[in-house]
Amino acid sequence: MKQILWSISKKEFRHIFRDVQTLMIVLAYPVVMLFLFGYAITMEMKEIETVLVDRSHTPESRDFKEGLLATSFFKIVKTDIPQNQFETIFQERQARCIIVIPADFARSLHTQPRTKIQLLVDASDPNAANYIQNYITQISAKYNYRINPELAMPFSIEPRLFYNPDLKSYYFFVPGLIAVIILLISALLTSIAIVREKEVGTLEQILVSPVHPVQIIIGKAIPYTVIGFVDSVLVLIMGHFLFEVPVHGSLVLLAFSLLLYILTGLSFGLLVSTITNSQQEAMMATLMATILPTIMLSGFIFPIKSMPAVFQYMAMLIPATHFLEIIRGILLKGSTAQDLVVQLIYLGGIALTLILVSIRKFRMTLE
Amino acid sequence: MVKKSMKQPTIEIKHLVKTYGMVTAVRDVSFTVGEGEIFGLIGPDGAGKTSIIRILVSLLHADSGEALVQGKSVDGAIAYVRAHVGYMPQRFSLYPDLTVEENIDFFGDLFAVPASLQKTRKEKLYDFSKLGPFKKRRAGALSGGMKQKLALSCMLMHEPKVVVLDEPTFGVDPVSREEFWNILKQLSANGTSILVTTAYMDEARLCDRVGLIFEGSLLAVDTPEHLVNTFPTPIYRLSGSAPHVLYEALAQTPLKNRISLFGDGVHILDTQGEGPEALRRQISDIDAPWDALEPIAAGMEDLFLSLMKE
Repeated sequence: MKQILWSISKKEFRHIFRDVQTLMIVLAYPVVMLFLFGYAITMEMKEIETVLVDRSHTPESRDFKEGLLATSFFKIVKTDIPQNQFETIFQERQARCIIVIPADFARSLHTQPRTKIQLLVDASDPNAANYIQNYITQISAKYNYRINPELAMPFSIEPRLFYNPDLKSYYFFVPGLIAVIILLISALLTSIAIVREKEVGTLEQILVSPVHPVQIIIGKAIPYTVIGFVDSVLVLIMGHFLFEVPVHGSLVLLAFSLLLYILTGLSFGLLVSTITNSQQEAMMATLMATILPTIMLSGFIFPIKSMPAVFQYMAMLIPATHFLEIIRGILLKGSTAQDLVVQLIYLGGIALTLILVSIRKFRMTLE
Repeated sequence: MVKKSMKQPTIEIKHLVKTYGMVTAVRDVSFTVGEGEIFGLIGPDGAGKTSIIRILVSLLHADSGEALVQGKSVDGAIAYVRAHVGYMPQRFSLYPDLTVEENIDFFGDLFAVPASLQKTRKEKLYDFSKLGPFKKRRAGALSGGMKQKLALSCMLMHEPKVVVLDEPTFGVDPVSREEFWNILKQLSANGTSILVTTAYMDEARLCDRVGLIFEGSLLAVDTPEHLVNTFPTPIYRLSGSAPHVLYEALAQTPLKNRISLFGDGVHILDTQGEGPEALRRQISDIDAPWDALEPIAAGMEDLFLSLMKE
């Protein structure tokens, strides 16, 4: 039993190490993805191209303008353009927002109960538009408070952000990325490894041997578990040292959940390999069934709680949903096994179901 | 030459039927292979050879009938059959990115051959197949003939007494084919029972007994010599520089159902026993040049083609 497991794993390791191209992809892909998500694709915004139209030209309006320019959020590209050019500015995408300080700004400020400043935003990117609006609301609140300290608000919210006080998006992305990459690699490699033997015809030889299918499956799964683990440790180390993602919880618990999650990916790959007959089919099926749901439905990017009920139930069936809660909990909050017991059970349950189904479906004949 | 069939045949195929949906691939096929016998299952592509082989090695289930190995039903004793039968599939089924030695080792492990035995057997197989000097070469870089010998070696690591080969020499050059058959002969001399399929008629004479199969039915089972010698119909060869032109011309005459195209001319079956003179009269007015019409001894292919036409 031991000999045959080792023999199958050894053979699989040889396949992996001799296919240098695939090996490079497997090792480089997570690194590239991490760089992409970490540096290029951030949700944080700065240097928003802005047109500032100051029709007031008073000390008050200059004061307000200084408040705007105190951070690098706004970058003034043009000033004081006539009203009829506003639309052109947006259409030519010279700026994303236009701030208009009215001519009676200073006077109104001293005599009227309410003074208005106009903000025009290009909302073709609604997220950005929202962000800009919030930002300028904050700035004007600060300004109001400075010039009118006695006009106290009845109450104010004093936020304190736990676990990620600076709202760094890679705290969010690095765990999510691990979830996507591991699932993809473990599922993809496993399904391709088995389907390739089907395609080449070597499975026919293995099937007529006295080896039990469970031995074949486990023997094949060992190398890919190792690779998936190496990949995730790689991403974690990079996340920790390059992006300063903290590790507050137990490393043992982290390693255990990683293994459990890799196992889910492997068993999914296995299932795919039992129902597909060519490497292309297996690749398409795995990509479709892992990347899309993992990115869209697992809470990687979009919060699950705000999805329609149907999708919330679907999310419960996606391994990444539970793994994300586990890994974010361990890394950012220092959660313990007791805190995560529900998620761990979910993940283990999904893995077990997938393994049982695929072992049942793994046919020992060619029919 | 002909070995006595043993009391207990090593392989028994009994009334096997296999259908794929609407297509019947195997129609009530029965034959046996004795100990140390080379049995050739001969027929064109799609005749049902591979289906019979796959049923025998437990990769497919028969609709009805059964296959037995050493008296044990394949369905009832899958584990026994898998441990005791050596099977070489139609396609090259080894790992091209592993070396010759790694492939052999892997199959040794797969069939649970103890490590101590593996070493000696491996040396024996290198000797046998002359693959020794290439043991560090990747299987994908071997020639077609060497690949087949490697596949055979892998399958012989557990020294099965029953060996099943599906078109082992397909696409292999004549010299390598000859070598391959010599290995099979040696195996059978050592008492191994061999069931081999082929689409090459000339390989039939290398078998102890052959079964001719066409469209799922077994047409005849006998020694190749007996089959050919007892061929009842006289055969004449009409030779010419362009046999296919001759064949086209003859296809327009009443002889059209009795002719077959060969490389050396057109073979005509004298089913009515008319004799050469009558035949010569019938072909005198064909619109194609020909050199000679002469009686020849029937070959395996003549036999096969005439059985097919029946």
